[in-house]
Amino acid sequence: MTGHDAYRGLPGDERKTMTTRGARDLVRPLRWPLVAALPVGLLVLTFAYPIALMFARSLTDFVHPDDAGLANYEWFLTTPAQITILQRTVTASLLVTGLCALIGFPYAYLMTVVGFRWRMLLLGAVLMPFWTSLIVRTYSWLILLGDSGPVTGALRSLGFGEVRLVGTTSAVVIGMTQVLLPFFILPLYARLLQIDRALLRAAQIHGASPATAFRTIYLPLATPGITSGATIVFIVSLGFYFTPALLGSPQNSLLSQQIVEQVSRLLAFGRGGAMALVLLVLTLALLGLGALLTRRFTKALGIGSEAR
Amino acid sequence: MREPRRLALKAFCVLVAVLLVAPTLVVIPMAFTSSRTFRFPPPGLSTRWFGELFADPAWMDSFVLSLKVGGVVVLLATSLGTMAAFALVRGTGWWRAPLNGFLLAPMIVPGVITAIAIYYVFLQWHLSSTFLGFVLAHTVVALPFVVLTVGTSLQGVDRRLERASTSLGAGPAATFLHVTLPLIAPGMVTGALFAFLISFDEAIISLFLSGPFNRTLPVQLYQSVSTTLTPTIAAASTLIITLSSAILLLSAVIASRRRTKHV
Repeated sequence: MTGHDAYRGLPGDERKTMTTRGARDLVRPLRWPLVAALPVGLLVLTFAYPIALMFARSLTDFVHPDDAGLANYEWFLTTPAQITILQRTVTASLLVTGLCALIGFPYAYLMTVVGFRWRMLLLGAVLMPFWTSLIVRTYSWLILLGDSGPVTGALRSLGFGEVRLVGTTSAVVIGMTQVLLPFFILPLYARLLQIDRALLRAAQIHGASPATAFRTIYLPLATPGITSGATIVFIVSLGFYFTPALLGSPQNSLLSQQIVEQVSRLLAFGRGGAMALVLLVLTLALLGLGALLTRRFTKALGIGSEAR
Repeated sequence: MREPRRLALKAFCVLVAVLLVAPTLVVIPMAFTSSRTFRFPPPGLSTRWFGELFADPAWMDSFVLSLKVGGVVVLLATSLGTMAAFALVRGTGWWRAPLNGFLLAPMIVPGVITAIAIYYVFLQWHLSSTFLGFVLAHTVVALPFVVLTVGTSLQGVDRRLERASTSLGAGPAATFLHVTLPLIAPGMVTGALFAFLISFDEAIISLFLSGPFNRTLPVQLYQSVSTTLTPTIAAASTLIITLSSAILLLSAVIASRRRTKHV
């Protein structure tokens, strides 16, 4: 997810001299777009067209035959029950993002200061759940947080009485935090690695206490990593389906559960499409905002890739 | 004064690492439980749930379907993704940035959106709950990962090697086949493994595309979890974890071999 700039490694002029010097290429420079025709064709047919059609239907497909125009959007953004779901989704996503930041920052920080073996161990722990099935992980939480699971058992023996966790938003937030933590730690770790720790020592030589040096030097330098990690976590949690579907309950469902409900149970494609468009606009706007913030912090601090 | 603080930080991080890994591993002891219920820790050990798993046609059919779909997705996504990566890395012009964005879009658009969009169109095209339907949908979500891995690998190719090959008399096709392709092969293999893992793990689109007799393994898993809770699910989960760990290990081995080769 952080690799969007992967192709911008070569400066433009260098690239140009390379292609002109390589006299007989397999493909002439002007024909390169044609090479991408097949993959682009597949994406247009099975990705772009379906999404465009879905949005078109959100303007033409109505539950009540006498509705017209933006009725689906009006329904979604004015029905109290839907507003509650939207609010709950944003709150849960904010909670997950906050928890990921609180847990992920010390973790990523430690990864940059320990020796090789410790670092590999910590990195492995982050990467391992990254590639194990999402449903398997959610199912594990179902066992752990379930009524006969160890967590409720521990709470019971601590005197909390009968606590129900599965079906609550707390269970959803716990599960989502564990699932999304790697998305926060990995980009932050990449940023923290770039911080020159000599700056901290310099601040301390000039009389700053370790805490002040950390707050005024290290934390601002880490901010771009925090914003990019938080953006990814927040966006992914907005669109999460399986974890809330299994650990939550229909009574406190989140946005994506509602979308699925509208489409697959009620066959209200128009309403589902309208909700999906709101989710997509929200996602893209946040992605843009996150990129903007990250870039602004990076620029203000002069820690762009050229300064490394 | 710094030492105790470092120690506390380490203890906290070990706790987090355990929280990251342990919940996933909980299913492994559950798969070997002797009891029918979900008592944790399990009261005794047995392998009967694996026996039931392998005897149940619903689980086995979905497992086979997932493997088959994954296999075809690997071929399709890797070849299409490599073409796209070539166009992006070797081409020049204004179209590269928008093309890059478009090819990576399936990674950014939330899965639910892609799922309901594809669901509706595939219903019309009669691709819903067909093999081809699963393959096409999974290829869409796997493609960006192949484009990224092959693109990165292609950027690292030293173009002087290709020029040396042409100046020694090899045609463009021979140069591509004998110089460029072997150089990006590790990137392609990594991309292919990613593509398989993504297809094998994809659940939200598959949930919409699945019919009563045609479901992939994650969908079978999800539907079993939401209806019954038998340790057979834990056995299936253990199988999935083993398979994806093996694939990840394989890609790590390939990556480390590539590194030693280049040094």
